[in-house]
Amino acid sequence: MKEVYICRQEEMADGNVRILRVDGLEIGVIRHKSRFYAYRNLCLHQGGPACEGVRMPGVFDDVDEEGRFLGQKYDEDDVHIVCPWHGYEYHLSDGTNVCDPRLRLQKFEVSERGGNVYVSV
Amino acid sequence: MSIDMIDAATADFRDLATEGFDTGRHLAHATEQADARGYEDFLIVDIDSHHYENEASAEIAEFIENPIIRHEVKYQGISRKGITTGFGQYQELGGRITRYPLRKSEKVPPHPHRDITLMRRWMDAMGVDVACMFPTPLLNLGLAPRVDLEVELAFAYNRWLCETILQEEPRLKSMLYMPFNDPDACLKTVEQFGDKPGVIGFMVTSTRYRGVYDNVYARTYRALEERGLPIGFHTGLGGQEPGLSLCNRFLTLHALGFAWHNMLHLSNWVINGIPERFPKLKTLWIEAGLAWLPFLMQRLDNEYMMRPSDAPLLKQKPSDYIRQMYFTSQPMEMVDNKRALELTFDMINAETQLLYSSDYPHWDMDLPSTIYDLPFLSEQAKRNILGGNAQRVFNLEPVFSERKLRRRAEKAMRAAV
Ligand code: FES
Repeated sequence: MKEVYICRQEEMADGNVRILRVDGLEIGVIRHKSRFYAYRNLCLHQGGPACEGVRMPGVFDDVDEEGRFLGQKYDEDDVHIVCPWHGYEYHLSDGTNVCDPRLRLQKFEVSERGGNVYVSV
Repeated sequence: MSIDMIDAATADFRDLATEGFDTGRHLAHATEQADARGYEDFLIVDIDSHHYENEASAEIAEFIENPIIRHEVKYQGISRKGITTGFGQYQELGGRITRYPLRKSEKVPPHPHRDITLMRRWMDAMGVDVACMFPTPLLNLGLAPRVDLEVELAFAYNRWLCETILQEEPRLKSMLYMPFNDPDACLKTVEQFGDKPGVIGFMVTSTRYRGVYDNVYARTYRALEERGLPIGFHTGLGGQEPGLSLCNRFLTLHALGFAWHNMLHLSNWVINGIPERFPKLKTLWIEAGLAWLPFLMQRLDNEYMMRPSDAPLLKQKPSDYIRQMYFTSQPMEMVDNKRALELTFDMINAETQLLYSSDYPHWDMDLPSTIYDLPFLSEQAKRNILGGNAQRVFNLEPVFSERKLRRRAEKAMRAAV
């Protein structure tokens, strides 16, 4: 196990991503709403750089109790990592694919101590 | 458990907040795939890729002979309504496919032409040696109600492409745009451009309203057949179709429309006996994926057996003619369907009839690994589909990328030591 120092907390603005390469592994460190997440930068579709795209809230079809469609809405509590090659979406919270939970981005632990951010590899 | 501390400042490290867009970097993982699989050992040909000719609208306008249409294209570009049409064109998924919004900011040197540099970049990244390039917005030009506009713009685009791009880079090819709404202009297109460097065939956009069986095309088909030049049908969305206009999501329209338009023309092609009338004319069906083919082969065979008088020119079953046609691979349907995919490959004789295509830079592009990693193909079959079949069908000189030649030389040197 290695712990990699990433940066001071304030060095990465909200929404920023840093890609680091450790022992042949590419890892994307994502800052979202003052939390840090780290995933392997490798999409389970065709191997694209999953962490290098945009993060967007999940979209849902709002349907009322009578089954009527009321429009599309964002679920701001469920942000997705969107792979830039073709758009596969993964939950930022745990890296599982939105359409098929058997597909999962490899997750790495992030710790914050003394204002520093570290990723365990 | 021991914990080693590594400082990210000394590690290989990128900050995306400050990085500009670069095709090579966007596709760096494709390059890793290419190197890991040893693509330098064989030729890879991509038979359906695209560029954004609308970014060169002003240049193409200079090639338009008619001053009124030249003025219009100069004024409103190629992709706005009135020139071509665009139903449901939101391929870029609201900015989720980042190369769409970022592409325009990519830096290139002043020479060669920007499109050549951008094509070379993605080709090198993926391990593609030769690519057949098609336009993007002009794929809708067959729907323009003004036939004279289709003809003028087709000739201008073809001339621009030949003179500015194809003759400058031997790795780039095209099946040129045929203005199918004007049959005489189709024949003239073949006669005028058939011998130009880089022209490997002619392409009909499938979203249009002309029957491929019409006698007015006989002279064009014969001219292509005599020259050994394939005809390709490049499919599209076609959201203007009354039925398809009910698709309120791009996903539905794309899933159905791209298959539908090639199903329509291929069915008419076979049942009207065009393969019997022009037996040496090679036909290629582009960008419809593969899953529709088993459906259509079964469906047409079943009906043909009951209604031979509707297709009296046929000497074989419809599926036998389809098996002699060529198909591009992308977008290859491959989610949880290994058995269906293998059966599809068998049914269409993929080992000799299927041609790899990426469709890069569009949203549903396929890398060569989509073919190379298929467990049911032999190494030879993979190489055929990735390049050998295209080399044979289009009579291509094998031009390898400089990157692959360098890797080969390095490999040979290592082996000699
Ligand atoms: S490789 Fe990530 S979406 Fe295709």
